[in-house]
Amino acid sequence: MNIVRFLFSYIIFPGFLFSAVIGLFVTWIDRKVTARIHWRVGPPWFQPYADFLKLLLKETIVPEGASKILFLSAPLLGIISMSVLAVMLFSMNFDPTRTFVGDLIVIIYLLALPALGIIVGGSASKNPLASVGVSREMTQYFAYELPFLIAMAIVVIKSGGSIKFGEIVAAQQAHGPFLYSISGIIAGVVILLSTQAKLSFVPFDIPEAEQEIMAGPYIEYSGVALAMYKLARAMMFFLLPLFLISVLWGGFADWWAILKFLVIVVLIVLIKNTNPRLRIDQALKFFWLGIGILSIIGLIFAFYGL
Amino acid sequence: MGNAKLWGLKKSPWVFHLAAAPCNNCDIEILDILTPRWDVERFGIVLVGSPRHADALLVTGVINRKSLPRVLRVYEQTPKPCLVIGVGSCACHPHIFEPSYNVVGPYDKYIPVDVYIPGCPPKPEAIILGVVKALKRL
Repeated sequence: MNIVRFLFSYIIFPGFLFSAVIGLFVTWIDRKVTARIHWRVGPPWFQPYADFLKLLLKETIVPEGASKILFLSAPLLGIISMSVLAVMLFSMNFDPTRTFVGDLIVIIYLLALPALGIIVGGSASKNPLASVGVSREMTQYFAYELPFLIAMAIVVIKSGGSIKFGEIVAAQQAHGPFLYSISGIIAGVVILLSTQAKLSFVPFDIPEAEQEIMAGPYIEYSGVALAMYKLARAMMFFLLPLFLISVLWGGFADWWAILKFLVIVVLIVLIKNTNPRLRIDQALKFFWLGIGILSIIGLIFAFYGL
Repeated sequence: MGNAKLWGLKKSPWVFHLAAAPCNNCDIEILDILTPRWDVERFGIVLVGSPRHADALLVTGVINRKSLPRVLRVYEQTPKPCLVIGVGSCACHPHIFEPSYNVVGPYDKYIPVDVYIPGCPPKPEAIILGVVKALKRL
């Protein structure tokens, strides 16, 4: 019985299937809002599902000389980590007692895995543009991960030194969200910008810059493998705002969470549509100097309880 | 299964812009149809940068000895099923360039072209109509 429940939660709700369906819907929100900003009509609601179905049924080409196993298995890394993340986020938001020691660290690693999948897949595809994209992805990963970890430290300090995700959520349900303080706002800004970079959205879409290196690490991917990457991206787009809500904005166990989620998604899309792409060195400087110093100031504020 | 495949392909044709030595006139019109004024994303049409992601190739220009191997290679790299849409008068027939030593003839001697869109350059409306006709043929 327990095994059936486990499989149900990992494969159907809230794991793979649920977060995939909702995630694809969120990518539609992204495209529609983008279209409205451009004063266009935009695609119909079933567009991401049509794209996904089409990619599933197309031919999958493995480039000559590429490492076949790595090339085809790398896209799955993102999907698996995001399914596990979905189960952890949902179970601990609705029942904060189902936590274990250090699960915040597990979540941080799960958030890093999709980038790793992109790096492995891009390097395995034997294409010069893909390797350029991969090297940029690696640099960008090191850029955004440092401020992101410092922001996580702010969250840990504000929750009274707990590295249990469930306790962080429970502390906010008891004493109000962490966001409503100076250090909370700073952590929010830092996590929002690293979310933008994790999703490779426009100011930080340096790894897959469509205009210079086509699609970067994805350039050789087609058919099912490309569909898996698109799906992993969609699931990230669904889960990263939920992660931000649950570490800073009081969890998502009530109906207000839908509004909070839409606010964050629209904010991400607005940042995406009103900014030009940075160069990789500018992104590194931005994250290590600008945002890094901001997050350290936030850490000091959090230390003094502000 | 076949119906689902057809529905997916009809609702989200991603196009790759394959410029085989054109004069850039048709290419500017192709870029026009992606602008907010014509907004082909309504039909799910997106311009992609890599032929691996493409479902339709928009070929422009007179095919010649230099561009023929490249066109063939890009066509082979595109995952099937894929459409080939010839945009502009040059894609339909070499016309005044026909006597040239360098021109090797119309496209469908080498790759199967589904739709020709004549015009020098064709209007954006004509290109959208051509893509719609290509999708109806499926």
